[in-house]
Amino acid sequence: MSKKEMANPRDAYGETLLELGGKNQNIVVLDADLSKSTKTILFAKKYPDRFFEMGIAEANMISTAAGLASCGKIPFASSFAVFATGRVYDQIRIDVAYSEANVKIFATHGGISVGKDGASHQMIEDLALMRVLPNMTVFAPSDAAQTRRIVELMASTKGPMYARVGRANAPVLYKKEDLKDIHIGKGVILRDGSDITIIACGTMVDQAIEAHEKLASTGVSARVVDMHTIKPLDEQIVLRCAKETNGIVTVEEHSVIGGLGSAVCEVLAENNAHVRFKRMGVQDVFCESGEPDELFEKYGLNAPHIVRTVKALMKRKK
Amino acid sequence: MDLIAVKIRKHVIEMLYRAKSGHPGGSLSAVEAIVALYFHHMRHNPKDPKDPNRDRFILSKGHAAPTLYAVLAECGYFDVKELLHLREINQMLQGHPVCMHIPGIEASTGSLGHGLSFGNGVALAGKLDKKDYRVYVMVGDGETDEGQIWEAAAAASHYKLDNLTALLDRNFLQIDGKTEDVLRLESVRERWSSFGWNVLEIDGHDIEKIIDALLAANDQKNQPTMIILDTVKGKGVSFMENNVDFHGVPPNEMEYKLAMKELDLAQQALEATL
Repeated sequence: MSKKEMANPRDAYGETLLELGGKNQNIVVLDADLSKSTKTILFAKKYPDRFFEMGIAEANMISTAAGLASCGKIPFASSFAVFATGRVYDQIRIDVAYSEANVKIFATHGGISVGKDGASHQMIEDLALMRVLPNMTVFAPSDAAQTRRIVELMASTKGPMYARVGRANAPVLYKKEDLKDIHIGKGVILRDGSDITIIACGTMVDQAIEAHEKLASTGVSARVVDMHTIKPLDEQIVLRCAKETNGIVTVEEHSVIGGLGSAVCEVLAENNAHVRFKRMGVQDVFCESGEPDELFEKYGLNAPHIVRTVKALMKRKK
Repeated sequence: MDLIAVKIRKHVIEMLYRAKSGHPGGSLSAVEAIVALYFHHMRHNPKDPKDPNRDRFILSKGHAAPTLYAVLAECGYFDVKELLHLREINQMLQGHPVCMHIPGIEASTGSLGHGLSFGNGVALAGKLDKKDYRVYVMVGDGETDEGQIWEAAAAASHYKLDNLTALLDRNFLQIDGKTEDVLRLESVRERWSSFGWNVLEIDGHDIEKIIDALLAANDQKNQPTMIILDTVKGKGVSFMENNVDFHGVPPNEMEYKLAMKELDLAQQALEATL
């Protein structure tokens, strides 16, 4: 297998903000003492007047962003996913979601691949927390190229939005010319298949593709859907896959409760889609310190685990 | 303007009595400051609530919504008849302010501690756009128990937000009792000045003094101003004054009649002096 081209979604975020900042004077950026990690520092250096360093005070950051949005600004507020959601849930709930504020929360370091910092910093509930809020749009981009496109869509589309990416470099999955076909709330079929569908988001999309290849070599044809938008969920593609393949597996770097898997499950159940189904994700536990690959292996989130899950599911009676 | 204040108090009592829920104490202590802002000091236009050059008022202590609603209605932001349907289903006026559907409401509040941060955002936008509007945020004294208030206090001073004036409704009471017993706040003046704020302290029921303080705050350069309003919870209704039981309990029928009688007398006395 040829070596994959890698790029960091965080860099893509920082670079895209920088580009958009030149085109749109209304874009402002806030960070809570993590601008070097979230890469908002690129914007900060070029447009210091439109960058607000808020210090380690995330609650103030979110409500301030809402105030800026009320004056026509398009604020991007950034921090690690743990601090950008759980810590400031009430501020997001009232000042952003309830108020339908045009605030964009972009979180980095989502999921367990944060690695050695441990469970305190491994955010596995953010998609659930954001998804449950009315008016909120929720993204989990899968690579740097898609991140670029999603940041552009966030800037150009009105309303409260949340996006999360991981810390690590990620294989590039999209070519530049494919990006125009990425739209809010529309899943992307990255690999076609007829036996089973793997619906993944964020860092798990690449693992799903790897699983697709491994399964193919054993005669299993697996479809891979990149569900970059968790809310609004692309219900049509979910139901289509339920009809066209013999089972669905969801994979996310997130708790199995409340995220992509739950969202897909809700659609299937409420539409009488009688289909074999399995959620893959963190199984309702806090994880621990370790290398990302070690954590993925231990907590069941890599291509070999997906292959095993798919095979087990296919043996299950319909 | 004292007459307007009495009129607002009557609205508040009427609204809470009809709604059979709500917060009389903290609504009544805030009346003079909100009246002074909307009827004298602020640049605003009820016919154009989204005018980008308007001064903004944010009621961080959202439970005093009845006072703000009554003032907005009397200014002409919406029909005074709306006040009769506070907290009712299928009606506009929610229990706490919400910015999307009520003309004149700048920020959705009710969960305490957010409003000053929101005001900072509006003030930062004003600086960025080189607009000369001013931002006013009213904070409750009990509300300053919230840590976010102090995050916002630090940020406003760090960013030298001299286009921001905060007003502290210092009525010394919160739900569980006296502010100093629940979680000591004193010395309030030193706290705010140590955070880098220009601090003024006045009688929060003296409209002339409130206006003087608001004007003084306009002239302050390079730092935000906090006006500590020395107020009485439940002000204007004798049996509600300094009575913690009326924080979040509306008047019953007898109390309603008694309160309206007192306020009618106050109104007649003021009218006689005109």
